[in-house]
Amino acid sequence: MKYALIPLLPFAAFVVIGLFGHWIRERAHWIAVPAVAGSFLLSLSAFADVAQGEPIRLTLYSWITSGSFDVNIGFFIDRLTAAMLLLVTVVSGLVHVYTIGYMEGEPGYPRFFSYIALFTFSMLMLVMADNFLQLYVFWEAVGLCSYLLIGHWYDRKSACDAAVKAFVVNRVGDFGFGLGIMLIFAVFGTLQYDQVFAKAASVAGETINVLKPLGGEWPVGMLTVLCLLLFTGAVGKSAQVPLHVWLPDAMEGPTPISALIHAATMVTAGVFMVARLAPLYNLSPAAMDVVAVTGGLTALFAATIALTQNDIKRVVAYSTVSQLGYMMMACGLGAYAAGIYHLLTHGAFKALLFLCCGSVIIALHHEQDIRRMGGLKAKLPVTYWTFVIGSLALAGFPLTAGFFSKDEILVEAWSGGALGQTLAVVGLATAFLTAFYSFRLVFVAFHGESKVGSGGASGGPPPAGMAPHQAGHIHEPSRTMTIPLMVLAGLAVITGYLGIPEFLAPVLHGPGGAEAGHEAAVPIMVIASIMGLSGIAVAYLFYVRSPQLPERLTQQWRRLYGLSFNKWYVDELYDKAFVRPTVEVAGLLWRRMDVAVIDKAVNGVAAGVALWSRSLRLIQSGEVQHYALGMALGAVVILGVYLLMLQ
Amino acid sequence: MATLSFFYFGGVIVLTAVLVVALRNPIYSVIALLLMFFHVAGLFITLHAEFLAVVQIIVYAGAILVLYLFVVMLLNLKRDDSYQRQVWLGVSLGLLGLAEIVYVVLTAGRATGPAIARTTQVAAAGAPAASVTPGNTEAVGMALYTTYLFPFEVASLILLVAMIGAILLVKKGIMGPEAGPLVGVGGASAGPSPTIRESK
Amino acid sequence: MVPLSYYMILSAIVFLTGLVGVLIRRNIIILLLSIELMLNATNINFVAFAYYLNNIAGQVFVFFALTVAAAEVAVGLAIILALYRGKATVNVEDLNMMKW
Repeated sequence: MKYALIPLLPFAAFVVIGLFGHWIRERAHWIAVPAVAGSFLLSLSAFADVAQGEPIRLTLYSWITSGSFDVNIGFFIDRLTAAMLLLVTVVSGLVHVYTIGYMEGEPGYPRFFSYIALFTFSMLMLVMADNFLQLYVFWEAVGLCSYLLIGHWYDRKSACDAAVKAFVVNRVGDFGFGLGIMLIFAVFGTLQYDQVFAKAASVAGETINVLKPLGGEWPVGMLTVLCLLLFTGAVGKSAQVPLHVWLPDAMEGPTPISALIHAATMVTAGVFMVARLAPLYNLSPAAMDVVAVTGGLTALFAATIALTQNDIKRVVAYSTVSQLGYMMMACGLGAYAAGIYHLLTHGAFKALLFLCCGSVIIALHHEQDIRRMGGLKAKLPVTYWTFVIGSLALAGFPLTAGFFSKDEILVEAWSGGALGQTLAVVGLATAFLTAFYSFRLVFVAFHGESKVGSGGASGGPPPAGMAPHQAGHIHEPSRTMTIPLMVLAGLAVITGYLGIPEFLAPVLHGPGGAEAGHEAAVPIMVIASIMGLSGIAVAYLFYVRSPQLPERLTQQWRRLYGLSFNKWYVDELYDKAFVRPTVEVAGLLWRRMDVAVIDKAVNGVAAGVALWSRSLRLIQSGEVQHYALGMALGAVVILGVYLLMLQ
Repeated sequence: MATLSFFYFGGVIVLTAVLVVALRNPIYSVIALLLMFFHVAGLFITLHAEFLAVVQIIVYAGAILVLYLFVVMLLNLKRDDSYQRQVWLGVSLGLLGLAEIVYVVLTAGRATGPAIARTTQVAAAGAPAASVTPGNTEAVGMALYTTYLFPFEVASLILLVAMIGAILLVKKGIMGPEAGPLVGVGGASAGPSPTIRESK
Repeated sequence: MVPLSYYMILSAIVFLTGLVGVLIRRNIIILLLSIELMLNATNINFVAFAYYLNNIAGQVFVFFALTVAAAEVAVGLAIILALYRGKATVNVEDLNMMKW
């Protein structure tokens, strides 16, 4: 029963703050933080229970009973879920504390807390779900919270647009996800995980004729289709290519939620889903290949974009997309435990990086362009050092948690056949790029001389930020913001030593005994480290030693630079291919159908009534004899009709 | 003999009725109506309704027509009056209605013909019903004061109300020194009416 | 003996004449006169029926009809006088204040 409290405490916080926010105002954190802390403690207890013994299965209540369609609200807490519970509650709790300082004095303070409490509730219910429908419902719920929180500063058009974009792109993925769930019910007759997994092997051989509606013939494995459909949801939620476009725009939201939702928890729901459904994916090698390739492609693709971005949060956002690609790649190659391991470590150091960005942004009065930063190392020491630790973890510097988890993935990839080895090479290349851009960020933002308040590269007027003379007033933010940074920095290191993959392995098996190939473990570790270190070294060269080098390279490789800086024009492509036509069609329908037909019909009816009444009122001439005529006429006519009818 | 008297009286009635409606001068119309009333009374006598004939003359010809004459002369209506715009419609409607009623009477008459003929036979046989033997006035009186006593009283009330109404309607001084009760009826006024401003 | 139908037709003729008079005359006084015509026509009808059905009720009804006609004339003429005071016209076409 206490397990039910894990999500219910944040939910209660949401309700209370939501209803009474007007009176609570700046005391909202007194309700939200203890709720999340309570959730964390209960999660610890659940973790302890599960670690020793059996997974916890609990049905809270029977939600839908309609003929053969039975859905309950219930919990399934095994090691994977327990680990996710800890991740969510820890990061959420730290973000809650951080928000106290970050959003201090803002008018939307209580609303923000109520929404992140709602998000925490939804995410917890999602990871604890024991059936597909509950998963889907709370999948959508976290999407909703993402929308609400990205658009928190709703008076900004860019924020509202970004929120809508996030939601719509997610919906595209969720459409496939929904189809997949319907297919699951059609095939298995149930939506409970355990029942579906039990029956999965028996339908392994069945096929669906995919081209049947078009009269063709192309039998595809049933489970493959299923897994691919479910995977589209993960593509949307976890920002894989091609549905990655919403994540960078989501940086319009306040930094705490970038840390919570778009780094550690919501975006990891996709990876979690693939891992949770491992028994299904293991039966469909084709689907797994698709997952792996998508992941690898995403990792490389996003890393190339992050190289040239100038907004501090965008760089970190693209690195999130890239790391999510790593996790997905791992899951696709059967290394679910490695993928989740990376998910957990990444949750720590990516949240850390985002919160550090927030610290910098606040210190510089909402300046986000790194070309207008510099020299912050001395002014913001805590932020600097925690940022460095986070970056080292991200780059896979030896001995950090990121190093261990990334390494785990690469090793497992190498032992996964030809595809695995190709992807391992991709992963190593990406590791180099990752190290490069993360330390580019460190050197440009924190080292060198202060360019605060300068007009940017083209020398225009200073934007929303500080004037040069204010550079002297930069100071470290309050303790509520720096303490979470330090905690996360510690986690970014020690989570590598907690033995997570061994902990998760019993629950997350790959398709076969993929223990082979571990003789390549050490060389891979070495190569990965070399990649990481060389990336840092190149960044040092470019941005500390010879700052004119990037400039020259940009001039030489203009085309490539343009492709990278403009995100490979994916947004523009989507705009042309999907958005414009939809808007055109909508406009057409509006003008031709809505205005011309429907409005005309309604107005026509009104006009007709008016015309009719205008004609009818002429009968009221006011002259008695006209009325008498009417009466006489009526009498004569009635009599005549009566007589005629008598015939 | 009976037929002759009926046709005489009926003919004059029809003629004078048409004259009432057709003549332009209102005095002429009123005189034609007077003539009609007399002949209606005659018709009543042929129908053995002597009391009613006399009452008809006293009330209609003696009181109502005189009242009309008073009003016509009071309002000094010498003007010629043209027909309404809807004259042809009205006339054709009347003719149509007449045709219908005649049709009804004639076709229905066949069904009830024998019965009516029987009663006329009975009446003609000189064995009149109780309504005729006591004398018409007595018969009417008996019916009026026994079976129809309540309507009789109500009729007297109606007359009372009409009297009051008529007095009130033309009394000056209720709504101001000069105005009658229908103040604000509008248009140019004959006498000084202070609140009448509306144009036609 | 004159059949009843003759009286009914006579009554119908007079009634419809009165009705046509109501419809086509512009003078209010003549309008009211036409209404008297209609009432008389019904009286003829009643008396005829009273005679032919040997029922005195017809004549009693004529009595009441007469009474009501008298009352109506009195009030009607009073109204006409009052209207005349307001509008100086007896042309019924001018009394159209109830126009839309």
